[in-house]
Amino acid sequence: MIVQTENWLIIPVTFLIAFILMLLPMPDWTAWLRPAWVLMVLIYWTMTAPHQVNLGIAWIVGVMMDLLNGTLLGEHALALTIVTYLVVRMHARLRMFPLLQQGLSVFLLVLLYQFILFCIQGFIGELPSSWLYWLSAMTSMVLWPWVFNMIRDGRRRFRAASL
Amino acid sequence: MFAKEAQPGFRLFFLVVLAILLMILDKQVSTFNQVRAALSMPLLPLQYIVSWPIQLIDKTRTIISSHDALVRENLDLKAEQLLLRAQVQRFLAIESENNQLKALMRSSTQVQGKVLVAQLLAVDTDPYVNQVVLDKGSRQGIFIGQPVLDANGVMGQVIQVGPLTSRVLLVNDSHSGIPVQVARNGIRAIAIGDSYSKKLRLMSVPQTVDIKSGDMLVTSGLSQHYPEGYPVGQVISVVKDPGLQFATILVEPSAHLDRSREVLLVWPSKTVLKSN
Repeated sequence: MIVQTENWLIIPVTFLIAFILMLLPMPDWTAWLRPAWVLMVLIYWTMTAPHQVNLGIAWIVGVMMDLLNGTLLGEHALALTIVTYLVVRMHARLRMFPLLQQGLSVFLLVLLYQFILFCIQGFIGELPSSWLYWLSAMTSMVLWPWVFNMIRDGRRRFRAASL
Repeated sequence: MFAKEAQPGFRLFFLVVLAILLMILDKQVSTFNQVRAALSMPLLPLQYIVSWPIQLIDKTRTIISSHDALVRENLDLKAEQLLLRAQVQRFLAIESENNQLKALMRSSTQVQGKVLVAQLLAVDTDPYVNQVVLDKGSRQGIFIGQPVLDANGVMGQVIQVGPLTSRVLLVNDSHSGIPVQVARNGIRAIAIGDSYSKKLRLMSVPQTVDIKSGDMLVTSGLSQHYPEGYPVGQVISVVKDPGLQFATILVEPSAHLDRSREVLLVWPSKTVLKSN
């Protein structure tokens, strides 16, 4: 076993950055292109540190997303919890994948996440009528290698600072 | 090994049930809104952090804009103010006359209330939620259901109030409905939002009704939420498909829902319906 000398402050910091990216005002035409930042950060942490970040955190983060977005309280919580459960179950395998294959898995996971949200939206009567809704899974996949490397580098720097 | 595997499954079940419970509570129980407002409080700094750089950019732009540009803008504004003043004079005369006539008919709904200017926090939401966050809250006396206007028309109404911020449901959100009437002939209808096209639709309007493209819609004041006579939007298309029961009428909102940075909050103080 490796002795954990990691500074776990990096986890809330990355989530904070993801929240800011989620809220940051962007030009109108990018509305559907915004990647699922929070979910990507969540996938990263559940994959690499499943004992620190798992279902409970996913649920709380989801409720925070609902509060910030003004969506029905609990809908993001539900979607994030289910997706995180899958990641927890597969974390050992996901960690072994090359980045490209990881990106593909992220694509499927974001798609599932959007599908759950889509269903809930359907229940409360405001279904996205545009196919562009699903584009976010694409952008998340494309940006995954970059996010992965960013968090990993940040983690190393944090660890170095805390030593 | 097996017991360890069973643990996350149970937790998943528990959390999913909790989330569904939360959704039902949020959707069905109206007082849950206060819980929501209280929970949003700790997340307030985040919204300010996001909105801060945008405001900073705005400020620096004002600071570095040249003297000439400012002088020109000042002149333009003065000219515009003169024009508006002239119009207001005429408007005041008409308003007093209108009030007199209404007093004669003894069914007045006069709106002459307090007004407060608020700023939008620059915060994006999901593409299918049309809400904005204002930098004024219950400390300034804002209440749920309060109408919000901009310089060009009705923007929406307040749906959630915190001590320092409040959340506004825009008229083009699919949860929003606003009673309107056609300025030309007084036909009444209800305009509901369409989140995806960012426009409004008129609900349950018969095929035979006299509404044309280009008609101006104003608030009818029947809901007690919105004051009477404020512009809501302009009809951009009327489709009368004989196969459908109702006409499909699309309305372009006249408020600049995605551009306005400053909004007006209105206290409709004297909206007491007097009837015989």
